[in-house]
Amino acid sequence: MIRIEKLHKSYPIGKDSLHVLKGIDLHIKEGEFVSIMGSSGSGKSTLLNIVGLLDIHDEGDYYLNGQLIKDMNEKKAALLRNKFLGFIFQSFNLISYKTALENVALPLYYKGMNRKDRLKIALDYLEKVGLKDWANHLPNELSGGQKQRVAIARALVTKPKVVLADEPTGALDSTTTDNVMDLLKDINDEGMTVFVITHEEEVAEQTKRIVRLKDGLIISDELTKASKAV
Amino acid sequence: MFDLDRWREIFQSINKNRLRSVMSGFTVAFAILLFTLLFGIANGLGNFFKGAFSDDAQNSMFVRVWKTSKPYKGLQTGRRVQLKNADYNFVADEYENKIQYQSARIYKNFSIKYKSEASTYNIRAVNPDHQFLEKTIINEGRYLNERDLKEKSKVIVIGRLIKKDLFGEKPALNKRVNVNGSSFLVIGVFSDDGNDNEERIAYIPVTTSQMMYGNNDYISQINLGYNPELSTDAAIAFGNKMERDLRKRMGIHPDDQSALSVRNMAEANKFISTVSLALLFIIGFIGSGTLIAGIIGISNIMIFVIKERTKEFGIRKALGAKPSSIVGMVVQESVLITTIAGYAGLTLGIYILSLIGNSLEEDYFIKDPSVSSGIVIGATVILILSGLIAGYVPAKRAANIKPIVALRAD
Repeated sequence: MIRIEKLHKSYPIGKDSLHVLKGIDLHIKEGEFVSIMGSSGSGKSTLLNIVGLLDIHDEGDYYLNGQLIKDMNEKKAALLRNKFLGFIFQSFNLISYKTALENVALPLYYKGMNRKDRLKIALDYLEKVGLKDWANHLPNELSGGQKQRVAIARALVTKPKVVLADEPTGALDSTTTDNVMDLLKDINDEGMTVFVITHEEEVAEQTKRIVRLKDGLIISDELTKASKAV
Repeated sequence: MFDLDRWREIFQSINKNRLRSVMSGFTVAFAILLFTLLFGIANGLGNFFKGAFSDDAQNSMFVRVWKTSKPYKGLQTGRRVQLKNADYNFVADEYENKIQYQSARIYKNFSIKYKSEASTYNIRAVNPDHQFLEKTIINEGRYLNERDLKEKSKVIVIGRLIKKDLFGEKPALNKRVNVNGSSFLVIGVFSDDGNDNEERIAYIPVTTSQMMYGNNDYISQINLGYNPELSTDAAIAFGNKMERDLRKRMGIHPDDQSALSVRNMAEANKFISTVSLALLFIIGFIGSGTLIAGIIGISNIMIFVIKERTKEFGIRKALGAKPSSIVGMVVQESVLITTIAGYAGLTLGIYILSLIGNSLEEDYFIKDPSVSSGIVIGATVILILSGLIAGYVPAKRAANIKPIVALRAD
């Protein structure tokens, strides 16, 4: 599903440049539940942004669903994101003036679906994350855990191949963290590839494979107990 | 093009951000309001200038005589100058192809009496062409004709207010009135766009007057309408030449304005068109400055708005929005706001101008201020264009920001 070979990425900082990713090789198969761990500055967010087509790599090859990602313009990237990827962010990134239902329905709007259909599907997904009764509330009327569940519903609504979650529990307390992780597990059980970035051991342990990143390089890549349990 | 979902997005965005929408709308509305008022008032000034002279023909000229103010060739100052039929004929022959209308004028002050009603009125003895020079409008009957002149008929054309004074509501046509002791037949009643005094005048044939009152060939004034095909400058030159020629012919010092002068509407016309042009420049400058200020105002607001929404655009892009859809959305919103607000300003401006109407004519020389449909259409096009530009430039920039940068924005 995701194949990365000798990936490099630098950011210019004034005259110098900061070499963030120094040759990453990573292969994630369809249906995997992977977490990327590392301290801040290890390059894990940069990796996720590149995988999510939100940023462009400098060197190396990146295949998404067998397709080589190269010479992307914004339009092509937008189409691929809409088709293959679902995003979950630490800060939820819901649009503040839209209701929960409208936020979930937005990716379907960009797919070109008509309003009636997309609201129906969006409501199904809200039900799935247990927020059907909150459909017509604005984000600022929801708790953090509820907002993240809305964001998860939004990430799933287009039935993406890969769900990318950037510190999905970073802004949540432990109870809601468990709720969110349970949801991600459910998603994975349904066969979706889930790619989580975190610095919390408890979160990483609930995934099936942990990739540890340090200073722009992979230092370990192992399966967890959770995967062996299955 | 018509995309209901797109409009729904836009109305939602406008509705959720009422303050900034109202603010940007207000900027445009105010600019257009000022623009409309300025143009309307400029038009009003122009209308006043034109109207001030429109009661007479636009191409009219008068040859007037009085007393000499300079000695010339042994003749003394203070000599009374008299125009005669010969002068009239000289003008007619000499400048034939430069003249459209020509009439003599003799001023008389006589009482006109009908039954028991009588009053003193200005009476002008004229030629038939006088009707066109003075823009006399015949309401009933007819004006003087060549036959009246040839036969020296005792006929009279009276103003609407003379008829009112003498006849009240009764018909005056074909009635006989007593003019200074002689019986005249009323052959016509006229009105005039000038003031009321212009309608308390009566016209009689110039030949009749010369025969009855003094039996001479004196005339008081020569009125002309220059050939409308002459340019303003050519008409002014014609007037100057005629003035020189007549002074020479009548033994008057070449610079003696008092003795004989030609009052030429062409000079007034030239003055009016110069003033109007200057006015147009000033108004055009201020008006377009106001519009530009408005456009810059809304551009500023749009830049701010788009900065504020950068993160939202980042989210939308992460969810699969193409840059073009974001640009389109912003531009459509901006055009919508500018158009609606601009129209509000325009309508308000036109309404205020219609309220002003002619109420400022007396004190401020503004008559019937209004804007032409051309200006309205032009302003609308400018509005839509300015909305496009104001929205497009910043939106294009925002849409091209990498989503990762946009998402980080706050």
